[in-house]
Amino acid sequence: MAEQAVLTQPAIQVENLDLFYGEKQALYGVSMDVQENTVTALIGPSGCGKSTYLRTLNRMNELIPGVGIQGSIRLYGQDIYDKNIDVEMLRKQVGMVFQAPNPFPKSIYDNIAYGPRIHGIKNKKTLDEIVEKSLRQAALWDEVKDRLKDRATGLSGGQQQRLCIARALAVEPEIVLMDEPTSALDPISTAKIEELLQELKGRYTIVIVTHNMQQAARVSDKTAFFLNGELIEYDDTESLFSNPGNKKTEDYITGRFG
Amino acid sequence: MKSAAGSVGMNRFRKKRTWRNTWEGMIPKLLLLCALISILTTLGIVFTLIVETASFFQDVPFVQFITGTEWTALFHGSQQQFGVLPLITGTLLVTMGAAMVAIPIGLASAIYLSEYAPDGLRRVLKPILEILAGIPTVVYGFFAFTFVTPLLRNFLPEMGVFNALSASIVVGIMIIPMIASLSEDAMSSVPRGIREAAYAMGSTKLEVSLKVVVPAALSGIIASFVLGLSRAIGETMIVTLAAGATPKMTFDPTESIQTMTAYMVQAAMGDISFGSTVYKSIYAVGMTLFVFTLVMNLLAQYISRRFKEEY
Repeated sequence: MAEQAVLTQPAIQVENLDLFYGEKQALYGVSMDVQENTVTALIGPSGCGKSTYLRTLNRMNELIPGVGIQGSIRLYGQDIYDKNIDVEMLRKQVGMVFQAPNPFPKSIYDNIAYGPRIHGIKNKKTLDEIVEKSLRQAALWDEVKDRLKDRATGLSGGQQQRLCIARALAVEPEIVLMDEPTSALDPISTAKIEELLQELKGRYTIVIVTHNMQQAARVSDKTAFFLNGELIEYDDTESLFSNPGNKKTEDYITGRFG
Repeated sequence: MKSAAGSVGMNRFRKKRTWRNTWEGMIPKLLLLCALISILTTLGIVFTLIVETASFFQDVPFVQFITGTEWTALFHGSQQQFGVLPLITGTLLVTMGAAMVAIPIGLASAIYLSEYAPDGLRRVLKPILEILAGIPTVVYGFFAFTFVTPLLRNFLPEMGVFNALSASIVVGIMIIPMIASLSEDAMSSVPRGIREAAYAMGSTKLEVSLKVVVPAALSGIIASFVLGLSRAIGETMIVTLAAGATPKMTFDPTESIQTMTAYMVQAAMGDISFGSTVYKSIYAVGMTLFVFTLVMNLLAQYISRRFKEEY
C-alpha cells in the first residue's frame, strides 16, 4: 500500500461540494481526493448521497432537471464544471457502469463499437480490435467470441454486466465509475466482476458505490463512508474497517444501522 | 324485523331470487351482445362486399379489372372501361406523397417530444397533438382546396385547381399527429437506463436519439408509419375535395387524379341505377381498398410483434 501511494497522484479532487435537488440539499461540503489508478469504495446506507456524489464526477446528475451544485470538482487539475468544458469529452474520459445491466438492444459487437463509433472511429479493422480488446479486458471474450452478432440482450445478467464494463472501457476512459455494479447479480457473477476489478486496478482509476461492505473491503484501496449527504470518514480500506475513526462509521460497519 | 335478519343462521347465505342477482346473471349476456354487434356488422360488411364484388366480376372479367389501365365507369356504352389501375395509382400517389410529408415530420416531432422537450411542454404538446387527430377530415379537405392549392399555384401557376400534390400534403398533415403520437409512445417506453449508458459514453443528445432510442423503438415506429399510411389509403374527404375526379395513370403530382375512395363517393352520389355494373363497381373498388388496408394493418401487427424489443 505504501509504495502505491508514492507512485500515484490525485486524479480526482473534490472540494466543499454541495448538491441540491431543487430546494432539497443532498450533499453537504464533501471534500475528497482520489488517487490515480486506485479503487475507491463509497459505502453508506440508502439515500446517503453516495450515488449522487458518484454522478457529479461525470456530470450525469445534469440529466435530472433542477440539480444545482456548489464547490469544485477537478479531474487531473481541471475544473469539470467550468463553462468551457465539453461534457461529451469529459464523459468519454470518465466511464460509467450502472446498477442494472443496460446493454443496448443491438448485437454484442455493436454494443462495444457504439462508443468508438460516436467518437469518430470508422475503420472496420480498428473497431474489430477495440471490440476484442475490450471484451478481453472484461473477461468476456472467450464466452462470446463466436456470437458477436447475437443480440446482447440474450446474454445472462452477469455477462450483460461484463459487456457493459467492456462497453465503458471501449472508449478508453481514465476513470471508471461503478454504481453498485453487482447489486442485481447472483453471487457467482458478482465474484467474476470482483475478480475483474482486481485486474483493472492499476490501469484505471475506479470509484465504486456498493451496498456490500464485504465487497468494499475485498476490492478497494480506500473507502469513503457517507451518511445523510456528508462524508463521515475517508481512509485506507484496511484501517477504516479495522479501526474506524468515527463512532458513526463504527456503528455502520458493525451493522448497528443501515 | 330483527329476528328475520339476525336469527335465520343456516339460510343466511343462501342465494335468493332477487332482482339484483337476476340482473347480475344477465349482464354477461348483454355485454356479449354488444361485442357481437360490432363483429356481426363487420362480417355483414365483408359478406356484402364479397357478394356484390363476385356479381361485378360476372359482368367484368377479373383480369381485365386488375390489369386495365382505363377507368371510365361513369361513361356509357362501349366507352365504359373498368380497369382499376388508374384508381390504384391515384391512391398510391397520394399515399406516397402523404408519407413523404408525414414520416419525416411525424418522426421529428416524436423525437422532439420524447427526447428534447421539457416535461412541462411535453404535457401540453402531446394532448394538443392528439386533439389534431380529431379534426374532421372534411375540414382538412377545405383547407387543402381553399388554402394549400392557391398557395401552391403561386409557385406552380400551370397546375390545375384539382391536383394530387395539395391532397397529398394535407393527407400527410392529417396523419402527422398519429405517427408522432404512436412513435413517441414507442420511444418513451425505451428504458431510461439505456439512454444513461449512451450519455455516459459521451453521446450528444442527437446521437442518443438517433443511434440508440430510435433503433430501440424501431418496431413501434415502423408500425406507426404503416398505420398512418393505412389511414392515408382510406382517406376520402380530402382527396374528393382537392385531388379531382380524373382517373389517370400518372405519377405526376401536379395532375388531377382520382383515388379509389373518391371514385366510390362520386359514383354513390351520382345517378346510377341499383344493380347495374357501375353500382357493383363501387363494391369491387371497395373490396380492393379493403384488401389494401387489411394488408397494411396486418403488416403493422406483424412488424410490432416480430421486431418487438426485449429490454
